[in-house]
Amino acid sequence: MVLEFRPQGIYCPAGDFYIDPWKPVDRALITHGHADHSRWGMKRYLATQAATPVIKHRLGDIDIETIAYAEQRRIGDATVSFHPAGHVPGSAQIRIEVAGEVWVASGDYKTTDDGLSEPFEPVPCHAFITESTFGLPVFKWDRQDDVIASINAWWQANRDAGRFSIIGAYALGKAQRILANVDTSIGPILTHGAIENTNQVLRAQGVALPATVRVTPDTNIKDHAGGLVIATPSAMNGTWARRFGQASTAFASGWMAMRGVRRRRSADRGFVMSDHADWEGLNTAIKATGAERVFVTHGYTTQFSRWLSEQGYDAAIVDTEFEGESLDQPDMEVVE
Amino acid sequence: MKRFAHLFTTLDQTTKTNAKVAALADYFKAAPDTDKLWTIALLSGRRPKRGVTTTLLREWAAEKAGIPLWLFEESYPIVGDLSETIALVLPPATGTSDKPLTQWIEIVRDIGQHEVGTKKQIILDAWDSLPPLERFLFNKLITGGLRIGVSQKLMTRALAQATEIEEATLAHRLMGDWTPDTTTFEDLILSENPEADASKPYPFYLAYQMEDLEALGPPADWRAEWKWDGIRGQLVIRRGIHHLWSRGEELITDRFPEFAMLPDFVPDGTVFDGEILAWDHAGNAPQSFNALQPRIGRKTVPKKLLKDAPAVLYAYDLLEHGGQDIRSQPYDNRRAHLARVIAALPAEAPIRLSANQPFTNWDALGKLRETSRENLAEGFMLKRGSSPYLSGRKKGDWWKWKVDPLMIDAVMIYAQAGSGRRANLFTDFTFAVRNGNDLVPFTKAYSGLTDAEFRQITAWVKRNTLQKFGPVRQVTPEHVFEIAFEGIQKSPRHKSGVALRFPRMSRWRHDKPIQEANTLDDLKEMLDTYG
Repeated sequence: MVLEFRPQGIYCPAGDFYIDPWKPVDRALITHGHADHSRWGMKRYLATQAATPVIKHRLGDIDIETIAYAEQRRIGDATVSFHPAGHVPGSAQIRIEVAGEVWVASGDYKTTDDGLSEPFEPVPCHAFITESTFGLPVFKWDRQDDVIASINAWWQANRDAGRFSIIGAYALGKAQRILANVDTSIGPILTHGAIENTNQVLRAQGVALPATVRVTPDTNIKDHAGGLVIATPSAMNGTWARRFGQASTAFASGWMAMRGVRRRRSADRGFVMSDHADWEGLNTAIKATGAERVFVTHGYTTQFSRWLSEQGYDAAIVDTEFEGESLDQPDMEVVE
Repeated sequence: MKRFAHLFTTLDQTTKTNAKVAALADYFKAAPDTDKLWTIALLSGRRPKRGVTTTLLREWAAEKAGIPLWLFEESYPIVGDLSETIALVLPPATGTSDKPLTQWIEIVRDIGQHEVGTKKQIILDAWDSLPPLERFLFNKLITGGLRIGVSQKLMTRALAQATEIEEATLAHRLMGDWTPDTTTFEDLILSENPEADASKPYPFYLAYQMEDLEALGPPADWRAEWKWDGIRGQLVIRRGIHHLWSRGEELITDRFPEFAMLPDFVPDGTVFDGEILAWDHAGNAPQSFNALQPRIGRKTVPKKLLKDAPAVLYAYDLLEHGGQDIRSQPYDNRRAHLARVIAALPAEAPIRLSANQPFTNWDALGKLRETSRENLAEGFMLKRGSSPYLSGRKKGDWWKWKVDPLMIDAVMIYAQAGSGRRANLFTDFTFAVRNGNDLVPFTKAYSGLTDAEFRQITAWVKRNTLQKFGPVRQVTPEHVFEIAFEGIQKSPRHKSGVALRFPRMSRWRHDKPIQEANTLDDLKEMLDTYG
């Protein structure tokens, strides 16, 4: 086996390293900066140049090497390279080749271009490790242009009515995806501190984001009337959001595709927008790899692996501690 | 259907009552009459009969989506709604349609008479001509499950705004046994003197739970009646025929043949409001609600049940007297009429007067209330002597003063996900009491927690599942909940030997370890005391 599934994480014996491990190990290759994939406590890290600033920002003083997309590097008897996963800026699928056999660990991915992240590239392989956060045929994303148009229309209508528009989005990825795509001519954009911190890191590495106003205790809200407020989901229902008065609220998440979930959120609107592949995306991505073996790590693993088996793949479920787009955490329901 | 879909979206996107009423009023001003009538029908629980089984719909949807049926079935509980699951898995429509709501409903109404092949073609054509939301609504119409999140009260208010007809008048016009096939918007809503319908009931007056006894003012202004637990019913006697209505506006005349004798004795133009109870004629007292229960779902009643659980109407109000609507008269006057009407009936007539319980001060009445359970009652109803009979749930003149619920601390042992708004959320739980080292399940409960608590417990259930039995998960016995309930009965069907009435979670006892939960002996003691 090129890769093994160990209690610490996904392990490569030929190169003696782990991919996105959840327990402290000597050497960790990291697909992207989300908390369930890049954890604290590894002796050495390796990540893409674009992902590294956020990882350092989150984990502090760590020993991290960087690698460019598609650059080949030899680790022990393995050759590794990183390829865009389209999930968030800097996110990668990791390709590992040992004695002519190629495996790809894809981390989290989406196959559509979000106008912000490096677009997903299929990597031919023998075995593919996939997520299945939205691995059911009920999940089909609308085109991003249509989703952004409805966010713009919502914001414009609120601005016309003299209201703020507060949208809940995760601090890395979704928040910037909204920022990078909304019509900034509608009004000012304000951000929660946690989101603005990520914005700063990304801007410093050259990611183009529109101007934003960080919300602090001193911010005079009246100066930014009718603005779009991008908040972390956990800040949506607390005292933090109360300063905006009778605002209209919304969440942006793949889960908003389901009416039951949408109605349960105390928000006025739910925009269906995910940084994970939908049903079509998962199936297309897997097919494009040409892989015969598929390992399903998180999400609707039981259903998706059965489906893949029926399609002729040698599919299996692997238990991991990856969370995907979580619906469970009481405080962070739209986490990705 | 586009106008209706737009209304649905607006209603779905707001939780604010005024915004909902405004959206509905706009719709009632602009939509064609037939669409309005159907919308009123749908919002008051009237819907066309189901003409296609959901089994067929599932098969056709899976086939059209190019997925195996098992995958469709696995997706359904996650979405939590069949109509939505179908709408989500189908490929995008290739056509469009401008048919109004009424036309779609006619398709749904008439589909039952076709061969299965034709049915399939009709359904596939519909799916292929509708955008996602309208497709979802069409599925709701065909499966008969459309709920819009607007109460009949709000709908009536919106209709009042749109038509400038008084709300109470409209509420009355909307009652009874009509369907859009038997009337028109003009006849039902606008007509000043709607063709007198002998069966038409009045809107029920509903009481609120007592909030502040002191605020009621002098006890002399108030009347108390024992509150029994039965089925709220309105008995309409006109033109020598009787009709019995439940509070849900369901015609239940045939389920209670006891009342068939009444038109022989009660004058035409009489309408009673009361509680249908199973009666113990020997002891001249009500039987428990459990005795009545087997009669609720039955359309025809076996002889034995008629003998074991004979029904009476425990009448507490008179709404129509001598063919006159007397709802605007004070309670005391109506009651005087009621007492005279009942006194004139022969002893075997299945109707009893809900007597006023005399009292001079609240303390004395409160003491008496403590004996409710011994009397198989739920507590008292308090009604203002000068009050008219209002329609719907209104504060001020009628109050339910129920005895405090019984409580027991129990351990959660099984969890199951809900549906609809509760899809993906564990909301249905089974609870156990301790018996030595064992845990004995004794009740299920679904309500009482906040959304935040349901989310918290859902996250916990996912991490603490011991075993899965289909949709049911056995979880680590760790959490204790206080279960409130209204009554307890012996039940040989349950492992614990008891059945509870109205169990719900009143509190999540984070402070209690499972060793401090109640025991089977505690439960049995409650059964001895209150059963």
